[in-house]
Amino acid sequence: MSKDIRIKKGLDIKLVGAAEKNTTNSSLSSVYAIKPEDFHGITPKLVAKEGSEVKAGDTLFYSKSDERILFPSPVSGKVTEVVRGARRRVLAVKIAADATQVHTDFGKKDAAKMSAEEVKNHLFTSGCWPFIKQRPYDVVANPNQAPKAIFISAYASAPLAADLEYTLDGKETELQTAITAIAKLTEGKVHVSVGANSMFSNLSGVEIHKVSGPHPSGNVGTQIAMIDPINKGEVVWVVTPQDLVVIGELLLTGKLNLERTVALTGSQFEKPQYVKAIAGATISDVTASNLNNDNTRIISGNVLSGKQVEVDGFLGYYDNQVTAIPEGDDYEFFGWNKPVFDKISASRALTFSWLSPNKKYDLDTNTNGEHRAFVVTGAYENVFPLDIYPMQLLKAFMYKDLDEMEALGGYEVAPEDFALTEFICVSKQPHQKIIREGLDLMRQELG
Amino acid sequence: MSLKQNLHNLKEKYKGTKMAPAFNAIHTFLYLPNEVTHGGTHIKAADDLKRTMNIVIMALIPCLLFGMFNAGYQHYAAIDGSLRDNVLANFFTWDNLWIGIIKVLPLVIVSYGVGLIVEFIFAVIKGHEVEEGYLVTGMLVPLIVPVDTPLWMLAVAVVFGVVIGKEVFGGTGMNILNPALTIRAFLFFAYPTWMSGDKVWVYDAVERTGTADAISGETILGSYAQNQEVIYSNWDKFMGFIPGSVGETSTFLILLGAAFLIFTKIGSWRIIVSTFVGAAVMGLIFNGIVNADIITDSSKFYGLMSTAWWEHLMIGGLAFGAVYMATDPVTGSQTNKGKWIYGFLIGFISIMIRVFNPAYPEGVFLAILLMNVFAPTIDHYVVQGNVKKRLKRAKVKTA
Repeated sequence: MSKDIRIKKGLDIKLVGAAEKNTTNSSLSSVYAIKPEDFHGITPKLVAKEGSEVKAGDTLFYSKSDERILFPSPVSGKVTEVVRGARRRVLAVKIAADATQVHTDFGKKDAAKMSAEEVKNHLFTSGCWPFIKQRPYDVVANPNQAPKAIFISAYASAPLAADLEYTLDGKETELQTAITAIAKLTEGKVHVSVGANSMFSNLSGVEIHKVSGPHPSGNVGTQIAMIDPINKGEVVWVVTPQDLVVIGELLLTGKLNLERTVALTGSQFEKPQYVKAIAGATISDVTASNLNNDNTRIISGNVLSGKQVEVDGFLGYYDNQVTAIPEGDDYEFFGWNKPVFDKISASRALTFSWLSPNKKYDLDTNTNGEHRAFVVTGAYENVFPLDIYPMQLLKAFMYKDLDEMEALGGYEVAPEDFALTEFICVSKQPHQKIIREGLDLMRQELG
Repeated sequence: MSLKQNLHNLKEKYKGTKMAPAFNAIHTFLYLPNEVTHGGTHIKAADDLKRTMNIVIMALIPCLLFGMFNAGYQHYAAIDGSLRDNVLANFFTWDNLWIGIIKVLPLVIVSYGVGLIVEFIFAVIKGHEVEEGYLVTGMLVPLIVPVDTPLWMLAVAVVFGVVIGKEVFGGTGMNILNPALTIRAFLFFAYPTWMSGDKVWVYDAVERTGTADAISGETILGSYAQNQEVIYSNWDKFMGFIPGSVGETSTFLILLGAAFLIFTKIGSWRIIVSTFVGAAVMGLIFNGIVNADIITDSSKFYGLMSTAWWEHLMIGGLAFGAVYMATDPVTGSQTNKGKWIYGFLIGFISIMIRVFNPAYPEGVFLAILLMNVFAPTIDHYVVQGNVKKRLKRAKVKTA
């Protein structure tokens, strides 16, 4: 029985710079990097040494907590540098790519005939396990805990998000193959949430849910809450359609191919469009000459929960979007009391975005105010569709009362679920950071 | 160099010093800061706390202006009752405004001056930024005190209210009691003979007591409490041409302010509506008691009990309290369900206190302060409902 998801609470942030449906190939970067910070909660144990040669798919490092979880090199080439930070923490493993790419052959598989154990082991050895993330805690899935269901959001509602119907067009076989394999890992259902008239509606072996409504309707956290919310002691797994395509291709061809179609979005791109790039690529190669890099914030991901990167930084492991918006590091005379026409607001406090709901805005990174204690109440609830009291949960996460964190719904949330409340927050509190730190504490204390 | 650049250089120069919060408070008043996002969302909505507070102040301005005219009007009308025969011609006059300027403006100046000095001192001592909470409190205070409140009393009360009502809890956002009402309560309990008399509501009524020029300063509630007839029409009561605290008299302008607050999504319509509903229900109950002849007109409660329920909504400070005080998000209930209960009880208890309090026939500020204390309890039970639902869901699953 499929259940349609209709969200009313939320906010679509309409920005200028949506990607045009036109894909170019980016040139192969000279340097790629895999950053352990993309895999939150993983402590890396290095396998690749500086100077060693790797093929695409070879292991760079594995997880200290579970040696089966391997992290692969996206390209073939030479490991040039292991960048370390404070206390010798590994920040990035850099690989200089060869001109001709060689892939490790993991062997073709027939997904339909594989057992659950075989699927699992294949995902481990090929370095595809990190594609499977879990809730609670929003981390790479713990393979020892069986999920009650697997959730796939094939509907993107985040600001300027890449249109999955476009980026994954023609990949139906890979997608179906991966789903056939992944479905064996759970005794429960595989839920796929799709937009209207989606090509993903034809997938078999899954339960299809039609999603409508404003952001965060596309967030998998919202969909889990509406379809089958997480209770204490339960785990669900989450995979993105894009990563399923990689898994599908692996099963069909035996090769790990981390190339994907990335959306270049935001007002600082001269021609916002799509580009093919491999995970970990140097940003400047992905953006090419398209970027206006004058006082620009470059984000690997979307404006709500992406990570800030520099032009010589690298595309995030999971990201299929690069956003570039102007920095807002300037003062604005009487900015706190004059009427505002060029910014988005959830209120009508002399802010006029409610007059033109379809206008697209060119927002910058200014905080539009200073950090304060929580004062305003009742506003978060309007953009927060989960059956959770957002401010009460945030406060419990701040004062770190584990009982309350658990009771108020801490198992059900991920940082990105609090991106919209953070966006509209009058007190400019760092909601996602509070949630992330609280989840880490819960994971550490409650397991 | 431009002002913007000069101020920026000064800010950089004094960064990290003791006086930085004081400087920043003035700087951010002129310019929205140049801060950019770090981590988390890369963009932020346009609203900040200053803008939010500013909307409340804008909603209060009509009440303040009206209160200034009314200060003069009540003074002259008490001397010459015939002025009341043609209110509109005798209300918006320069003479009336002048009384407002010499009596009401000083209240505003003292309230803001003393309050902000205390805020700045605490910001510098504790090393945090000056928070915006007092911008609204400072405007509310002059509007909820009688016009003849001595300035020194107000100053003492403001210091008490800001320090004990707010700063000891950690400043804006942390306080349990509404600071403006704490100030009002301090005035009431510290100087009861002055604040609860029947003179203080009209300018000069105190001074003239016992002289040949004596005038009355009785409020409607005061008259009803003594089972006296009042001379004001319903029109006067609704429009606010009556004696009372400076800004509370005009139900019409308060409702305009409420509409503005609700439209801008700054004030909670749930609290405003439920407060009026709660007051109406209590009023109806009292009307019912009178209609059922349970009490007679010899009872000392008869005057206020027999006041029609809808009239209760227009007189005294109920409307002002419902719209501007009960809706304070920090001290009020914070959950949407809780807001209904919180508001209803404020209205309900306000009218109850109004009728039964022999010393002072106004209950709104006491009712709100009482419910401020209970708001966390209400929220606790509302949130527990959510928690129980979650536990139940888990149980059904495992069973």
